[in-house]
Amino acid sequence: MSAELFLFWLMGAVCVASAVMVISAKNPVHSVLFLILCFFNAAGLFVLIGAEFLAMVLVVVYVGAVAVLFMFVVMMLDINFVRLREGFIEYLPVGALVGLVLLAELVLVAGTWAFREPVATGVAAVEAVDNTRALGRLLYTEHFLVFQIAGVVLLVAIIGAIALTLRERVGVKRQDVARQVHRRREETLVLERVEPGKGV
Amino acid sequence: MVELFASTIWPVIVLVARILAIVVPLLLAVAYLTYAERKVIAAMQLRQGPMTVGPYGLLQPLADGLKLFVKETVIPTGANKVVFVLAPMVTFVLALIGWAVIPFGEGLVLADINVGVLYLFAVSSLGVYGIIMAGWASNSRYAFLGALRSSAQMVSYEIAIGLIIISVLISAGSLNLSAIVRAQAEQGWYVFWHFPMFVIFLVSILAETNRHPFDLPEDESSLVTGYNVEYSSMTFALFFLGEYANMILMSAIASVLFLGGWLPPLAIWPFTWIPGPLWLILKICLVLFIFIWARATLPRYRYDQLMRLGWKVLLPLSLAWVVLTAGVVLAFDLLPTAAG
Repeated sequence: MSAELFLFWLMGAVCVASAVMVISAKNPVHSVLFLILCFFNAAGLFVLIGAEFLAMVLVVVYVGAVAVLFMFVVMMLDINFVRLREGFIEYLPVGALVGLVLLAELVLVAGTWAFREPVATGVAAVEAVDNTRALGRLLYTEHFLVFQIAGVVLLVAIIGAIALTLRERVGVKRQDVARQVHRRREETLVLERVEPGKGV
Repeated sequence: MVELFASTIWPVIVLVARILAIVVPLLLAVAYLTYAERKVIAAMQLRQGPMTVGPYGLLQPLADGLKLFVKETVIPTGANKVVFVLAPMVTFVLALIGWAVIPFGEGLVLADINVGVLYLFAVSSLGVYGIIMAGWASNSRYAFLGALRSSAQMVSYEIAIGLIIISVLISAGSLNLSAIVRAQAEQGWYVFWHFPMFVIFLVSILAETNRHPFDLPEDESSLVTGYNVEYSSMTFALFFLGEYANMILMSAIASVLFLGGWLPPLAIWPFTWIPGPLWLILKICLVLFIFIWARATLPRYRYDQLMRLGWKVLLPLSLAWVVLTAGVVLAFDLLPTAAG
């Protein structure tokens, strides 16, 4: 067994096992930690197939940012998971049905997978350069419009999140650094010569 | 058997030797960085610093290490044991693995990968986990508050760091750290072209490593010492080593991205006579001195001011600089054409 094959089976097995642990761990914080382990092994699998850019982006975006936010939420909310599990048997048929539908769809998609002609040739053309450059070229030429639209969608999401959480409160004293810095001595300070025994 | 030895075992031995050649000097450097820090701050405050252990106190770091080693490891009753022990290990390991891609000279690098910059960015963005795990697993309010502060701070300043790195990447045209240094040999060091970004980068790495004046996660006066308050003995030592190793790693990144890595300041005789790795070490020491200098000089920031600086000052500035760099490069047709 070659080293690569061994690594593939190792990382694949850890990935699946930690994914199972995500949904079966009793403690929600442990779930998030297993999710991170799962992301890591997925990144490792990306490296094995030579997609080093995707691997790094997976770690930076999902592990470095998204999972940190998950962690925050899970730690702050203090969820009681025992009570969440009470309805497990009750909802099992619905959950199993959704799972089956998703599985069927995945099998159908994977069975009839075919690259569209221009994409296939594009990939062949960029194989000579490293995959960061190749992805950049494809995104900014072939799929430019889709890429820009994805950016706009994200922007809308950002604005939506800010609009939802922004509260205008009255009576709050805020620090205005620009005003503080531009304050001059004459505006705030009066020097007076006080004679002894008389006061100001 | 001979074939197996030549094809598998020998390369593994060589790899382990190369890793040790980086890790052992690094740990020594961490030990003596604590000594240097105390001595430099002492000099700035007209004191003598450690003087008792060995000549000029030179054996002080060893004595400190020994003291931590022989102390008792205390695990609090309410702590989540596995995560509690895992957290310092995560911090320490993450501080070490970043060194795999730092180029010490032409070809002198453990893993010369194409996405070296992204790898470093990923490793530094993971550093937050050690702290947040420690804060949560300690089951202590002080530790938890310290961990929350720290993770919010690190996530905020990472964005500025990311944008600064993008400016450098546009100039160099590669994600490979060796290629970035080679581009600086042709174009001049980026500290001259991107000077405002170098300053912002220094400020951001102070925040990213939780150092003064941004050391709010371990704010003694309000949080006792923050996320590591429940840790003792070697578990504490691992946090400590990780923090200092991270400082050295960040200084190395600043040196490679802005100060020309292993390049001499001028490519003429007395400078070229000194070997490249030594130049890199000198530059790392320079950046580390700035770290210590800031600690001796500046008072601690208030938390809301820290967030304001990160999001409202550094982020717009670095974003504007990315646009400016891209515009200048495009307008004057300076796009780097490094072979991919």
